Amino acid sequence: MSKFRKVALIPALIAALFVASVAHAQSTTYPGVGRPATAKEIAAWDIDVRPDFKGLPAGSGSVEKGQDIWEAKCAQCHGVFGESNEVFSPLVGGTTQADIQTGHVANLRRSDFPGRTTLMKVATVSTLWDYINRAMPWTAPKSLKPDEVYAVTAYLLSLADVVPDNFVLSDKNIAEVQQRMPNRNGMSTQHTLWPGKEFKGAAKPDTANVACMKDCIPEAKVASMLPDYARNAHGNLADQNRLVGQQHGADTASPENKSTLTAGAAPAPVTAAKPAPKPVDPALALLGKHNCTACHAQDRKVVGPSFNDIAKKYAGKTDYLRAKIKSGGSGVWGPIPMPPQTAPDGDIQTIANWLAAGAAK
Amino acid sequence: MHTSDGIQSGRIQKAPENFLDREGIRTVTAESKNGRRHFIRQAFAAAAAGAAAPMALAQGNPVPTEGGDPNILNLPEHSTGLGQGVASNGGYGVPSQFESNVQRRQSPGLTQTTQASVSFAPLQSLFGIVTPSGLHFERHHQGWWDIDPSKHRFMINGMVKTPKVFTMDEIMRLPSVSRFHFIECGANTAVEWGNVAVPTVQYTHGMISCSEFTGVPLITLLEIAGADLKNGKFILAEGGDGSSMTRTIPMSLITSGEVLVAYGQNGEMLRPENGYPLRLVVPGVQGVSWVKYLRRVEVGDMPYAAKDEAVHYMDLMPDGQHRQYTNIQECKSVVTTPSGGQVLLDKGFYNITGLAWSGRGKIQKVDVSVDGGRNWRTARLETPVLSKALTRFNIDWVWDGKPAIIQSRATDDTGFVQPTYKHLRAARGTRSIYHNNAIQSWLVQENGEVKNVQVS
Repeated sequence: MSKFRKVALIPALIAALFVASVAHAQSTTYPGVGRPATAKEIAAWDIDVRPDFKGLPAGSGSVEKGQDIWEAKCAQCHGVFGESNEVFSPLVGGTTQADIQTGHVANLRRSDFPGRTTLMKVATVSTLWDYINRAMPWTAPKSLKPDEVYAVTAYLLSLADVVPDNFVLSDKNIAEVQQRMPNRNGMSTQHTLWPGKEFKGAAKPDTANVACMKDCIPEAKVASMLPDYARNAHGNLADQNRLVGQQHGADTASPENKSTLTAGAAPAPVTAAKPAPKPVDPALALLGKHNCTACHAQDRKVVGPSFNDIAKKYAGKTDYLRAKIKSGGSGVWGPIPMPPQTAPDGDIQTIANWLAAGAAK
Repeated sequence: MHTSDGIQSGRIQKAPENFLDREGIRTVTAESKNGRRHFIRQAFAAAAAGAAAPMALAQGNPVPTEGGDPNILNLPEHSTGLGQGVASNGGYGVPSQFESNVQRRQSPGLTQTTQASVSFAPLQSLFGIVTPSGLHFERHHQGWWDIDPSKHRFMINGMVKTPKVFTMDEIMRLPSVSRFHFIECGANTAVEWGNVAVPTVQYTHGMISCSEFTGVPLITLLEIAGADLKNGKFILAEGGDGSSMTRTIPMSLITSGEVLVAYGQNGEMLRPENGYPLRLVVPGVQGVSWVKYLRRVEVGDMPYAAKDEAVHYMDLMPDGQHRQYTNIQECKSVVTTPSGGQVLLDKGFYNITGLAWSGRGKIQKVDVSVDGGRNWRTARLETPVLSKALTRFNIDWVWDGKPAIIQSRATDDTGFVQPTYKHLRAARGTRSIYHNNAIQSWLVQENGEVKNVQVS
């Protein structure tokens, strides 16, 4: 009986599967959803450049032209020689002629080498071209023309002696430049952290802990903890925990009470709920909107002087500040130029008023 | 206040001052008889404000000498007055004013700008597995935007029959799914590779969040465009913001149906800081692949070596080679309370609680040690236990007042056990930055204060 049933069921099952798959196929057409992209639309958005240079537009740019663009648009953050650590990690440094020969950056093996620059790490020149083209300059991404991207890329590579000072980088010779990238042989896909089988990979994860339950190790000893002087480095932790709960935040604004709890540990201080925040000066929002904060901070020098320092030096001088924001310049606070700002006059006026009045946060 | 086993059950503290003193009550009564009801409101409001601090301090819950807790004996205004009306918060509710300490925060000195930076989720203050959208960690590469969804477009091109353009209206017409997943930055816990560097779980582990995401499986959209699923082994996902972030994702993960083009987060639209109106959801994979402000997906036959997979988000090994395309977030867990920067107010019972997750599947079990990893007990996993989502664990603990080192150790359903720092450093050295999933240690000191430590 049961045998007969099985036999009888199989064709029925196949029929059911067939119906299901047809129904699925029909539903994946989704009529009325989406339309073909036009060639013009694809050209506007499909800007990526692959390591095999698919997507790279024709063009060229010299190291010399690249230096001019660099000093006007890139040096503010990256330094004239791509060396600056003020805003972002340095781009250039740490590579040698020997690295250009081997394709392995030797300094990456040194645990005492301070930091890793972009040119120490990047294996593919396409990555530099693609990223400069899509995301640089920081406050005006996608504003460079292809020839300017070639020029900037050429200048950057010349700083690490990948190309000579009189070089003109183009779509014709970029594949040869790839063969001089200092860390071109520095990548490995021998690991298990890629969620597919497309790369070489590894047979199993590189750590293999076991879930031991009893007497697993000798007595644990503290090997690393924060020094006392760093106690309040992240602000008062009492203010970073809920007012109620099984634990409260430690009052790190005061020195630690080292005595045991039974001897009367200081209870966590309770901060009364903060009142509603006071209305903020509209200038503060404009500083973010117009990317002033990319180069200026409230109370410390970043690329340019702090807002506090400017406010102190030019107290009450609204007109001067307004003109200076619009014209840009260099030499007052240091050699790195501030580019002229194109924000609306009203916004610049608001910011100038705020600075002249003391730059209150 | 000692129980039979000698453990104190509650610390005696000075009772808070009475809510209103005798004179105050007399005045209030007199004024109310005169019909000046607004006076009562003011008096109680003033008294409530003044009493806020001592109320919150009364942790030992003793019986005051007066024979009763003034918080019980003297009915507060919220018990005797009229509360606020509906929709009085501008139509969108906000947390209680008393929760203002619970915020996402920057780690001082970590970055020079706020636009290429990180804010960390306050894991020490969260319950369950869902991260409130306003506390979701942030990672921006070139600042965040609030994009008009009616003008946002999503394009598919590359190895497809017909390159396609979709509006948000069209994407939201397609069959949707809602799934809980964690998103963790590949650099979560990065500063701790070599030694202890930050004080609290917010800064050590706060680049993780978990939400219910709603959207359309990317495979649905690729099928509409007629993608070459056989030769198109990779896709490039690209953002529409200034950074136009790009990342390579294997097609095999997309054909599994797991990868979503998401617009929903915890029942509402994505927050602008999290990619409004459209982001990619790549379960189990580090956050940088969950491209925000998603504008385009290209189907291709080779990986793209984008900036964030050829300059950053690569793991430096001791031999000087970088592991590239390291995307999966391996099994990891952390105790969220008690945790660094907190104070245990007393000896006695505590619920040790924390979070576990794995980029390879479900959490199978979590073990907890209170002696620095010598002995372990298995914790309770709270439901739901979902694939590639945060899982909440709890375990009972009675603290005897002696120093204790609390750790958690997760095992996922592939059998992989979360490593110790010793394991991790033996395999990868200390300069890797990314993918630090080591077991975390919290030292509970005799004074009740909890410190971030690493053990040998």
